[in-house]
Amino acid sequence: MRHDHVISAKDLSREGIEEVLDRAAEVAADPAAARGRQAGTLLGLCFFEPSTRTKMSFTAAMKRLGGDVVDMGSVESSSVTKGESLADTVRVVEGYADALVLRHPSEGSAKMASEYVDVPLINAGDGAGQHPTQTLLDLYTIRKSAGLDDLTIGVMGDLKYGRTVHSLAHALTNFDARQHFVSPESLQLPRSVRYDLHEAGASIREHTDLTEVLPELDVLYVTRIQRERFADETEYRAVAGEYQIDADTLAAARDDLTVMHPLPRVDEIAHDVDETDHATYFQQAHNGVPMRMALLDLLLGGDR
Amino acid sequence: MSDHELRVSKIRDGTVIDHIAAGQALNVLAILGIDADSGETVSVGMRVPSDRLGTKDIVKVEGRELSQDEVDVISLIAPAATINIVREFDVAEKHRVERPAEVAGVLSCPNRRCITTEDEPVESRFDVLDDGIRCQYCGTIVREGIADHIDVR
Repeated sequence: MRHDHVISAKDLSREGIEEVLDRAAEVAADPAAARGRQAGTLLGLCFFEPSTRTKMSFTAAMKRLGGDVVDMGSVESSSVTKGESLADTVRVVEGYADALVLRHPSEGSAKMASEYVDVPLINAGDGAGQHPTQTLLDLYTIRKSAGLDDLTIGVMGDLKYGRTVHSLAHALTNFDARQHFVSPESLQLPRSVRYDLHEAGASIREHTDLTEVLPELDVLYVTRIQRERFADETEYRAVAGEYQIDADTLAAARDDLTVMHPLPRVDEIAHDVDETDHATYFQQAHNGVPMRMALLDLLLGGDR
Repeated sequence: MSDHELRVSKIRDGTVIDHIAAGQALNVLAILGIDADSGETVSVGMRVPSDRLGTKDIVKVEGRELSQDEVDVISLIAPAATINIVREFDVAEKHRVERPAEVAGVLSCPNRRCITTEDEPVESRFDVLDDGIRCQYCGTIVREGIADHIDVR
């Protein structure tokens, strides 16, 4: 991978992805060896939208490397409320830190911001656009649980607005995965994502019913269907109910099916799934730390 | 004298944009920023018979030679257009439009959540696809009605 900005999963090559995943596996196997590798390095956190796990995970990763973070804080308490542009904000903050992490509600915001800074900039989510570090930890989790070769994956839920879905689908084209997309018709993949998958020669199929594909899957990746995507509560409940799974649903699945979710979940995965061997979503969240340690270390040029 | 020449008299200096897809002449004017207040002398022919296209539109602008940026955007809505630069009543240059790899600053992204629609110091930038254009920032693809997104200057 190019060791500068991390904006979109579309920029990640198979070699680049494998480099990060290999390094993450090394870090996970021997965390002590990574300690102190980024002593004295500062990571700037610019989160224009609320985030719990992504922000905490980046903070934990940086501190475990021996570095530290400087945090812009909430938008309400920053100069953004005085009308400062994003381009100005990142140009100021790059003077305080050795790399930046940006989350912003506008699509394309990370790409634009990266044009204004010289330090590495990592996109931690730009609206309904991309979230490449979530993708890297998803790929790391898939590789550990099911393997990335000869993979059959089902992605279910809000495929229209779910940025984790868009990033993951792009990245999986590097591995020739068979991708099944399961959603209500109103939340199918957007045209731009379909275009890219088609251009990449990806093998994709779209479904409205999980039972059509569940028995074939190595991985089922579930995402949340958000209430605000529907005109009224009744319609939301009717549709969302079709895309929830519980232990009974998974009786039709293979024994070694891996169930993933970017979290937070609401009720799309029932708690009785947590107790099954399928449940991998908490491990998935934990994998964010070694993966982000590996990525930060590669971007910041840590001595090995 | 051909039918074509009957409708379109000669200009002294300026640009003749010929072989515009029928119905697109007003959009070409919009790309050029020409409206009722512009002051240029402009002739417009719409749905003129054409051997090559069946019917075509044609636009003549006196006293103005188009920039490459303007020609690039015209190519998106009128891929068969020819540009004739006229100097002293003679056609000094004649060439077909070519679709560029990208267009910057002329079209606005239709995605309201795209960063280029906000108050940031960034120019819109689109990749030109075989059958449309694509925002380089948010990835939105526009296939139909490209002229609707012209950022009239």
